[in-house]
Amino acid sequence: MTPFSLKIVTPDGIKYDGQAEELIVRTTTGDVGILAGHLGMVAPLGMGRATVIIDGQKRYAACIGGMVAVVNGRVDLVPTSFEWAQDIDIDRTERSYQRAQQTLNDKNASDTDIRLAKARLHRALVRRNVASSK
Amino acid sequence: MAGVSTKDIKNRIRSMESTRQITKAMEMVAASKLRHAQAQVSASRPYFEILYSTISQIVESGNDFSSPYLQRKGTGKALYVVIAGDRGLAGGYNSNILKLTQSHAAEKEAAVLPIGKKAVDYFRTKNLPVVTEQYLEAADVSIGDCFSIAKLISSAFLKGEYEEIFVAYTGFVSVLSQSPTVLQLLPLERKAPAKSAAADIIYEPDQEAVFEAIIPEYLGGLLYGALCESRASEQAARRTAMDSATQNAEDMIADLSLKFNQARQAAITQEITEIVAGS
Repeated sequence: MTPFSLKIVTPDGIKYDGQAEELIVRTTTGDVGILAGHLGMVAPLGMGRATVIIDGQKRYAACIGGMVAVVNGRVDLVPTSFEWAQDIDIDRTERSYQRAQQTLNDKNASDTDIRLAKARLHRALVRRNVASSK
Repeated sequence: MAGVSTKDIKNRIRSMESTRQITKAMEMVAASKLRHAQAQVSASRPYFEILYSTISQIVESGNDFSSPYLQRKGTGKALYVVIAGDRGLAGGYNSNILKLTQSHAAEKEAAVLPIGKKAVDYFRTKNLPVVTEQYLEAADVSIGDCFSIAKLISSAFLKGEYEEIFVAYTGFVSVLSQSPTVLQLLPLERKAPAKSAAADIIYEPDQEAVFEAIIPEYLGGLLYGALCESRASEQAARRTAMDSATQNAEDMIADLSLKFNQARQAAITQEITEIVAGS
């Protein structure tokens, strides 16, 4: 397949800069697959698994927040947080999952706490799912 | 030379030496922290630049959409997010940024959201309304905190509590030069609509939704960038200040050593004169 140039940039630094053959990411309106020669596009990202095909190899990552932009055939993926499957800290994910569950089961939790806990649970589930699919 | 005993001078030399040791150690610590902070600055820059260029593209594409982030509500109130350090002994780092904020806010009805112990302490004494004192330690503020601050200020802006929102931080120009800066976060300034160069870009689901979704990310990224720059500036300022303090201590030690030797020589000469006179 024709490769295109892909750049994955997070606030912690550049996670990937090079050629890729396909990119599948979860945007706020659903999964989007990007191949070489894609039309210009900008979309905000949701929380989900991102799949990148590099040299015929599938790589998975937990990709949360931010946006994806395709401009003049170049693809910029700018998530708030992006972890390759092998980089995910499983212990931390489990702890975060437990903590979120606790807050959600707590009857006295405030609305804000519930909202934050839901987001945390969602992130933990995404990470867990990605970590298991490497 | 009489009057100053050699013992006094010796004591002063000793105390200068321990001062030099401390300032030297602080300089080394600052230098190593600076290296780390500089790496963070360069790591966070590309993220922010891409977000910024995307936003400018949307704003400048000329399509008429009215986002509340582009409008002034006219309440006249301003909010300043002020990033300063946690500790002193960093030359003019803290006072420069605090003074700049104070003069910038002088004619406005202003509230502040201080980050860093020095900023919190300063605004406590200035009778300006403080939004939250939650961010006491600038060194502990994480990227997650930046996103919460961004959410907080953008929702306050949308509710019309503030007309303008600024961030005051110290830009890291180089190891030797840092510039305190006040930057307007909201409302976003719409520049003259350029030719619709971005017309062939699909916005999913639509331009306005993309805009609304990216703004909080953009603000969070911007705050994080400002924070990284400020931290690097703080260490650079401290390193420079401690370097000159060490230099001063060394000058003083050299000066005192000379005085000490002169006093010692004078004492010996006097003693010899007395012995010769007595025989």
